[in-house]
Amino acid sequence: MNTARSSLPRALAAHGVLIAYTLIALFPVFVIVINAFKERRAIFNDPLALPGPESFSTIGFETVTSQGNFLLYFQNSLIVTVVSLFCVLLFGAMAAFALSEYRFKGNPLMALYLALGIMIPIRLGTVAILQIMVASRLVNTHTALILVYTAQGLPLAIFILSEFMRTVSADLKNAGRIDGLSEYRIFFTLVLPLVRPAMATVAVFTMIPIWNDLWFPLILAPAEATKTVTLGAQVFIGQFVTNWNAVLAALTLAIIPVLVLYLIFSRQLIRGITSGAVK
Amino acid sequence: MAMDQDTTSKPARRWHIAVFLAPAVLVYTAIMIVPLFSTLFQSLFNTVEGERAFVGLGNFATLFFDPRWAASFWNALANNFWFFVIHMIVQNPIGVLLAAILSNPNLRLRGFYRTAIFIPTILSFVIVGFVWKLILSPLWGIAPNMLDAIGLRALFAPWLGQEGAALTTLALVSVWQFVGIPMMLIYAALLSIPDEVIEAAEIDGVTGAKQFFKIQLPLILPTIGIISILTFVGNFNAFDLIYVSQGAQAGPNYSTDILGTLLYRTFFGFQLQLGDPNMGSTIATMMFLIILVGVSIYLFGIQTRLRRYQF
Repeated sequence: MNTARSSLPRALAAHGVLIAYTLIALFPVFVIVINAFKERRAIFNDPLALPGPESFSTIGFETVTSQGNFLLYFQNSLIVTVVSLFCVLLFGAMAAFALSEYRFKGNPLMALYLALGIMIPIRLGTVAILQIMVASRLVNTHTALILVYTAQGLPLAIFILSEFMRTVSADLKNAGRIDGLSEYRIFFTLVLPLVRPAMATVAVFTMIPIWNDLWFPLILAPAEATKTVTLGAQVFIGQFVTNWNAVLAALTLAIIPVLVLYLIFSRQLIRGITSGAVK
Repeated sequence: MAMDQDTTSKPARRWHIAVFLAPAVLVYTAIMIVPLFSTLFQSLFNTVEGERAFVGLGNFATLFFDPRWAASFWNALANNFWFFVIHMIVQNPIGVLLAAILSNPNLRLRGFYRTAIFIPTILSFVIVGFVWKLILSPLWGIAPNMLDAIGLRALFAPWLGQEGAALTTLALVSVWQFVGIPMMLIYAALLSIPDEVIEAAEIDGVTGAKQFFKIQLPLILPTIGIISILTFVGNFNAFDLIYVSQGAQAGPNYSTDILGTLLYRTFFGFQLQLGDPNMGSTIATMMFLIILVGVSIYLFGIQTRLRRYQF
């Protein structure tokens, strides 16, 4: 398209910077994963070597699978994350639509009220949250975590989505109204598909802190049956801290599903960001 | 700007507004706002002679001036500011640089770089904390051997174990983890600049770095502002990374103690110290106020001066 921006030295410099940073970003993860498949002596003698026929060992994974309950932890994390994400996206988009589309008394005040949660971390109210969960017998349930994460994710979701929804053409919505569509149909069939790129961005930004949270599983759902994978890994590594094979294997097991999940979602994210909404 | 163009709906049919808002407002109010204010409220009470009593601002006086509390509070506050400063001066420039390079439409392998550089951001603090602990460990020797390979062995020190270096090291680890977020947001902002603007600049002979600083950078300043305030809030709420890599006591000798870890120790207790919900609420209130001040400075001092461009 444009030759001025694609001259060879410039492209080489760009790739140089990006490759250097990609190495910085991936190297630590790479080192952990390759060493998880090596025997103890090889881990220390040559930490940067790939596992070979002589050094290959899965002793760490055997320890993890026999001592830990990781399959259950994954299942718990998955349930909590997916349900919370669904609630954040649905409730968040609905509220964002109301705020960006309609003029009503108290609209700016409501927007400000809902935006408070962006600046105020939900963690500051932990003790009162615990009291509520104890009173409603929700401690050690998935519901407790889902409620907290939905509340935590909503403010930013509403903020980002209402910014995007303002860019959706008013003509389009008015055309829908003239065709007799209800406000609900306009929201679900016209606006939601158009803000899908923003939804993908919000999904990734919402999903990551939920999956990775250590604080609320520790306080609200520390029981074995409801432990998330983040808490499970923390507890496991704390117990096996001197068993390098087990620690590296546990870290690898914690990394790989997140990576897979991310690679699935990142396509949606990147397609979303690059395609852009109707302007 | 859809807000300015009034909708066609009539007052009689406006129940849908309440329906759209209700689920979000209900969950948010019950699980976030009510507990938050309940916690703020508890900072005005303390246990006096075995009974819960209203002490006004007494807890704050204790936190600021009582020798048992003041030293750890001011230490945590100062550390927290340093943690934030490192993020601002390292994370944002790297994020802008990477996004600027990635936004070139002719660059090959864009998808690969983008995906790869974002990977640390998706990892949990538990993973990041332990991974860097292992890599920086003098016992395993990956960091010293790598420095050795480029002739800089003398530079290595067990940074996480040194009072002077531990906090900065952890801040850099946190930057390593989160640089993907500014990168992605700025990248999206750069892509949203219409081609016509760039083409007009090129016709006027503004290209390369000059084009970036004169055309793109002013257009993405609002995004950088949002990233800065998100970083501020995130940093003054940070806890996990320090807890995972240095423990609740934020060693060595409390040199990595920030408000989040101080709150945790005060609230839930550790080892021999009992948890103190009222002093914990007091610290939580201070965090709340600090965040409020930061956000106000952003909203009223910075954001209003940034011009937002609508295409």
